[in-house]
Amino acid sequence: MRQRSTFLFTTLAFGYAFLYLPIVILMVYSFNDSRIQSVWNGFSLRWYSSLFNNAQVIDAALLSLQIALISATIATVLGTLAGLSMTHMGRFKGRLLFTGLIAAPLIMPEVITGLSLLLVFVSTEQLIGWPESRGTMTIIIAHITFSMAFVAVIVQSRLSTVDKSLEEAAMDLGGRPYRVAIDITLPLIAPAMVAGWLLAFTLSLDDLVIASFVSGPGASTLPMVIFSKVRLGVAPDINALATLIITVVGIGVVIAGFVMQRRERARITEYKATR
Amino acid sequence: MNKRYGETADKAWRSFVIYLPYVWLLLFFLTPFLIVFKISFSDPVIAQPPFTPLFDWARNGMGAVYITFDNFLFLFEDDLYWMSYLKSVRVAAFSTLCCLLIGYPMAYAIARADTTTRNILLLLVILPFWTSFLLRVYAWMGMLSTNGLINKGLLSLGFIDEPMKLLYTDFAVYLGIVYSYLPFMILPLYATLQKLDLSIHEAASDLGATPFRVFIDITLPMSVTGIIAGCLLVFIPAIGEYVIPTLLGGEDSLMIGRQLFNEFFENRDWPVASAVATILLFILVIPIMLFQRYQITAGTNANE
Repeated sequence: MRQRSTFLFTTLAFGYAFLYLPIVILMVYSFNDSRIQSVWNGFSLRWYSSLFNNAQVIDAALLSLQIALISATIATVLGTLAGLSMTHMGRFKGRLLFTGLIAAPLIMPEVITGLSLLLVFVSTEQLIGWPESRGTMTIIIAHITFSMAFVAVIVQSRLSTVDKSLEEAAMDLGGRPYRVAIDITLPLIAPAMVAGWLLAFTLSLDDLVIASFVSGPGASTLPMVIFSKVRLGVAPDINALATLIITVVGIGVVIAGFVMQRRERARITEYKATR
Repeated sequence: MNKRYGETADKAWRSFVIYLPYVWLLLFFLTPFLIVFKISFSDPVIAQPPFTPLFDWARNGMGAVYITFDNFLFLFEDDLYWMSYLKSVRVAAFSTLCCLLIGYPMAYAIARADTTTRNILLLLVILPFWTSFLLRVYAWMGMLSTNGLINKGLLSLGFIDEPMKLLYTDFAVYLGIVYSYLPFMILPLYATLQKLDLSIHEAASDLGATPFRVFIDITLPMSVTGIIAGCLLVFIPAIGEYVIPTLLGGEDSLMIGRQLFNEFFENRDWPVASAVATILLFILVIPIMLFQRYQITAGTNANE
């Protein structure tokens, strides 16, 4: 038994080292004064200052944030509705196709999703003159489409664990389905909706391939700018940018994780107390 | 408020909940594939958009359908595409296997840890998933370069005499895929392993089974759904991967996602790009359907 736990401990240690070492090293070298990655020339913040003076990067970051905010919000609404229809609506026409349509964006290779969405926009432009030009709007639509699937999965798994008796009680007392959904179900699944929104937000911020396909002239998102800079090799100011992004996201996720864990613990104690 | 009004409102609510996301997905997810399929049968022209319309209304007013198989013939005749498809499948399959071999013991160890440790370990697996995929791939560029940390480490330890070429090789592509997709393997594996009933293991051990036998005869068969889900979550997106082969692979790293991207953006040949996508979809139909079956059964299991 001892032998086995040593083995498991070693795999965990190596596994996590594999997952984290490249990021840690990248972060350390973002403070390197030298232009060449591997030569340590002393501590410096010069790449951070050059980053903040780079208007192209700042503009792209603002555009990406704007797209992520709008697309995550709409994706959360649509994804929550999709989750509700999967768990609360029983049978309806085309349910099987719907299930497929929700699961497919989770795994579809990005090049296919990107290409096909672009061709849809080109075709509708020919047929009905919309969209007049491609850019922010088309990227938002594309991001809503693939991230609503992630929201739907998160909301659906939450919905399947909530206690149905509250909703049933409300129905028995004459509550209309939409009132029950808004007054009872919505508060119950709110944490899942928040998690879904955050995931949709980061997926949108992170997307390169789909945005490259559906974007038009003038609309360059942050990943597009980063990619064009690192395509030819390591760029020190991108190290600085990566450090900033990873730190902010990391702190956010860790805080969210602790809050969730504390809530879960509170729920368990409460549950035990009532018994 | 009379009863009829209430019933109409109920129906309206029901349609709203079901059909708003449904129509969205039909418009922006299903229709796009049909259009890709359609354009893969048209001729490239130098125009905006660069393909001949499949329905030529102007020519004879009857909506004559114009179809060409040239794009598919072109793909079949050119070795480049065949080799790209084969290589993509090979790279994706081997990377999936590596992810499974690394991810399974990790998921097992996480599932067997006590609650507090388990939550922290799980958070550490999820964390990279939230941080930028592009930047995590980029992080390897510095590590693998000729004067990067790996080469410097190996040189100073005396394993090699001169720096190895690591970046822009197939090895780097495998490494990048395993690194990026490992969390996708661990999470479904963890989900099934954590649900296993440990009393069966105890019973088997009490009856004299060695830990190895318990693993082979009980743990492994009972975690098959997790293994399948994890493998599909890695294999399907990896096959069409564009960023990893472009940043880490060499010029000759012929993966089909990269080929499609180049066909589209550099050669501006949309019909051939569509034909590439259509064939890729046909290759993926079976794994995608398997995944959807898993999703549906996972959904019904959770509902019980």
